[in-house]
Amino acid sequence: METFYSIHPLIALLIPLIAIGLIVLSGRRPNIREFWTLAASIAMFGTIFLMLPDVLSGRYPGISLLNVSPGISLAFTVDTAGIIFGLCASALWIATSVYSIGYMRTLAEKKQTRYYAFFALCLASVVGIAFSANLLTFVLFYEILTIATYPLVIHKETPGAISAGRKYLAYLLTGGLALIAAAALTYHYAGSLDFRSGGFLSNLPGEPNLMLLFVLFLIGFGMKSALIPFHSWLPTAMIAPTPVSALLHAVAVVNAGVFGFVRLVGYIFGPQLFHDIGAWQILSIMAAVTIIISSLLAMFQDNLKRRLAYSTIGHLSYIVLGVSLLSADAWVGGVIHLVNHAVLKITLFFCAGAIYARTHVENISELNGMGKQMPITMGVFTLAAIGLVGIPPLNGFISKWFLGQGALDSGLWIYMGLLLLSGLLNAGYFFPIVRRAFFMTSEKRTRVSEASAFMVVPLVVTAALALMLGLVPDGIFHFFKLASDTATSIFSGVAR
Amino acid sequence: MLHHLLDQYPYYLSTILLALGLWGMFAKHNLMKKLIGMNIFQVSIILLFISSAAKFGGTVPTFDPTIGAADPALYANPLPHVLMLTAIVVMVATTGVALAFLLIIYRRYHTLDEQEILRRMREP
Amino acid sequence: MMNHLPVIIPVALLFFAFITFLCGLWRRSLLFPLSLTGISVSLAAAVLGLVRVLQYGPLHYFLGGWAPPLGIEYVLDNLSAFMSVLVLLVAFLSMIYSRQSFLKEVPDKINALYPLLLLMLAGMAGIIVTGDLFNVYVFLEIASLTAYAVMGIGNDKAPVAVIRYIILGTVGACFYLLGVGFLYFVTGSLNMADVASLLPGLYGSRLVIAAAVFIVIGAGLKMALFPFHIWLPDVYTYAPSGVITFVAPLMTKVGAYILIRMVVTVFLPEYLNNTLPIMSIISWLAAAGIIVGSVMAIAQKDLRRMLAYSSVAQISYIALGIGLANPLGLIGALLHVLNHAFMKGCLFQVSGGIRYCTGLWQIPQFRGLGRRMPWTMAAFTVAAISMVGIPPAAGFFSKWYLVLGSVQADNWIFVAVIVLSSLLNAVYFFRVLEKVYLGEPGENPAVTAAVDPPGSMVMPMITLAAGIIILGVINAVIVTNILQPIASSLS
Repeated sequence: METFYSIHPLIALLIPLIAIGLIVLSGRRPNIREFWTLAASIAMFGTIFLMLPDVLSGRYPGISLLNVSPGISLAFTVDTAGIIFGLCASALWIATSVYSIGYMRTLAEKKQTRYYAFFALCLASVVGIAFSANLLTFVLFYEILTIATYPLVIHKETPGAISAGRKYLAYLLTGGLALIAAAALTYHYAGSLDFRSGGFLSNLPGEPNLMLLFVLFLIGFGMKSALIPFHSWLPTAMIAPTPVSALLHAVAVVNAGVFGFVRLVGYIFGPQLFHDIGAWQILSIMAAVTIIISSLLAMFQDNLKRRLAYSTIGHLSYIVLGVSLLSADAWVGGVIHLVNHAVLKITLFFCAGAIYARTHVENISELNGMGKQMPITMGVFTLAAIGLVGIPPLNGFISKWFLGQGALDSGLWIYMGLLLLSGLLNAGYFFPIVRRAFFMTSEKRTRVSEASAFMVVPLVVTAALALMLGLVPDGIFHFFKLASDTATSIFSGVAR
Repeated sequence: MLHHLLDQYPYYLSTILLALGLWGMFAKHNLMKKLIGMNIFQVSIILLFISSAAKFGGTVPTFDPTIGAADPALYANPLPHVLMLTAIVVMVATTGVALAFLLIIYRRYHTLDEQEILRRMREP
Repeated sequence: MMNHLPVIIPVALLFFAFITFLCGLWRRSLLFPLSLTGISVSLAAAVLGLVRVLQYGPLHYFLGGWAPPLGIEYVLDNLSAFMSVLVLLVAFLSMIYSRQSFLKEVPDKINALYPLLLLMLAGMAGIIVTGDLFNVYVFLEIASLTAYAVMGIGNDKAPVAVIRYIILGTVGACFYLLGVGFLYFVTGSLNMADVASLLPGLYGSRLVIAAAVFIVIGAGLKMALFPFHIWLPDVYTYAPSGVITFVAPLMTKVGAYILIRMVVTVFLPEYLNNTLPIMSIISWLAAAGIIVGSVMAIAQKDLRRMLAYSSVAQISYIALGIGLANPLGLIGALLHVLNHAFMKGCLFQVSGGIRYCTGLWQIPQFRGLGRRMPWTMAAFTVAAISMVGIPPAAGFFSKWYLVLGSVQADNWIFVAVIVLSSLLNAVYFFRVLEKVYLGEPGENPAVTAAVDPPGSMVMPMITLAAGIIILGVINAVIVTNILQPIASSLS
């Protein structure tokens, strides 16, 4: 496991940044503008994918830029955890870009240049977060992500959108500020902020101080991960256009939050210290509570996107649970779920957006008979719902299996039960939608067709990706090997 | 006690004047009285400095050939005097600027009472 | 020649002040070019001075050839070189900016305005470079008197605001003088370095404690430290907009510089903390000022008054950094001096630009300005993001060092105050941004007819905004090379 100097991480970061300029310049010619977005997403994905062989063989590309504080530099290292997040986000950006073209043009939304430009900025921040080598770089890009997503949340500029944006900023800025305080404390205790697998904090400052530090990190990362009680910005932010909800609020922003927890437990505190101070219990209980409550709340939502939002909150806590259970299997399950949930949830949001774009239907109660009218969309929806419930052969089952194994390994049968219960609850809020779509007839006489190909093709592709990841977990991207390598590097040397 | 007072009276005097000046600046409502308070305040500091320059048996601090330059204790300390000349100039300049502003205010509001002026100023 | 650099900085400005006045009587069109030349000469000297000081160490100049401690000495060390470049750079940009603003708002007074501004800058530059305690008082009063005069020009509310500033400012300067007097009584010297070497033997003396208290109160009044800030909101609200872009970023910083110089060079923080807990009092007052300033700013509808209360809060950040009395805190304070000068300079320029094009002050009336004045509002956005403390803008980094300093001082309340105040800043700045970018400019004809101000006003705004981002990215360079040596004398 060594780091070598490579310019690839910097290129991956620069591509979306340069794209912002190109998008703004070509604002008057939509086709050229969309071309830049697609080109940037493919180029960024390609750059990250090219780094994969090195990372798989244990050689991590890294680059260190200027100092941003004496002794701390803006540094990037592409390790196994980071490349999982990076690959996932960049691959899904390609899908979302194609989807956005269809969605924005079908609905003839205004301010599309602003939309595409800030989207690129968000992806640049996500790459920065994924590849950051120390906590200060992480915090820098974390804050930029919050600000970059704000114009996307308030895109529609209605009073509802503006107040949703205010709530969004209030929650996420608070989290960011807690994170800054946490970073300062960490620097004070450890003298360095570089991530190291197995953690770099020692027990010197004493337990109460470390608990305070943990609470600050909890607030900081918990906001973006939508842990209860920090979750309420997520359903409110569903007022954004669906591609925004899909990529950002199911993949990028919230994954940045749980990725933060991955870094926290694995690379800052380290599993041993995390266990010793008892923080793992707090985190796992909060995750468990979030899973149950969010699934229950999901069942009462009529708005389709809000139901998906609560489902997201629950599934994010799967990842947090996996990270906090401190066993290698649970870790693999949690990290793999980061990818699996992202792919499945983005599919579901794509379907919801396609329905809205074609019919302006937002509520589940109006979905009667949609299966007959948009068979591909609803079929894919059903497939993705099955995946999230955790039924094989889709990928959701893989992550649940490993989470369950991890719970059993730690001797915590209750979490195993929790996972089973939550699967049932997932079914409880997804299958009514499927039932309405396929088995109930609607009174409306107007026939609608599938949404535009720009929207349907991406959602089929992501669903196919989910299926492939379920059948061959270590498929093209080797996510599975990356996740288990992460677990090995973190847990080696931990007496368990 | 009397001895102490006779020794230290310049400092007590300065302190009283300083307090008087501050009281005038903050407690009085009339702008002109505030200005006079400010003057008294500045004068008290000048007095303090100058009184520190005096020496028993010291004479005016200009070179006197009959006394010679050997023994500094025969001359009063010239440095505080010089500093205070500057301070007096500053005081005069400040008073001048403040009086100019008072004139503008009086021409505009026809009163020098601070409460009244503030009341009229807050009206849009 | 190089040894003369410390004195060129104030003297060039003095010289050009008089030349500008005389030539202005002859031809009004010469006023602006001559003023700009004066500032450029001083700026060049300051930059040259900074480069020399970083390479070779401090520069000393003895006025009239008289050696200290009897003579007056001008010193360029890291701190004064840093401050002089900062002050003159912002003044240079403000001078370019305010030309059009003066012509529109106070055209009949510019004959007096330009020379007075140059005199004010000469005073500020003098405070920064001088190494003599009484010389600081002289230059302080030069700067203050000209500032009073210049801020009172214009509409009929300015003189009333300035009267309060005159009274409080004079009290401050006189307290400073009193403190210097006590130091003179006890040490017999007025030279900063000399007094610093004589003081350690006298730490038990009550006179020194009294001197310290008076000097701190005096500097506090000048820098608008809570609760001495009451003069600031009114003055910043009613002064002409071109003037306020000069005075607002600079005047209070110079007061902060006096405090820093006294703390770092003359007294030493352990002394100040061992006898009376002066540094703790400064830091607690600063913490209160941060909260009070931010909360009051939220309540304002007038953009200038909001920025004024915001300035109170930001000055309190600087005072907090000084009061923490550890190297990281001082670095945070000094970096914030730099950042705030840029940020507030940019913000007041934007506010003046809005006034120039639309005549509006009230925030609720700004609906939809973002579309009509894109460059101006872009500069405002960058400055606002920096004030809230979002990377990569400079404001994040000065807050980062302040938080590090508070953590090192084991003071969690200060950490909470700094962090919470960022949220409060976000509230009032994002409220303006929402109004500006997300409204339709329907009703108000002033808004629909608005365009960006002329180039000479927009260029300085954009330069400052770009500077904010650049300063953020390269802050480690500034900190390591310039600021850490200053702070190392504290540890």
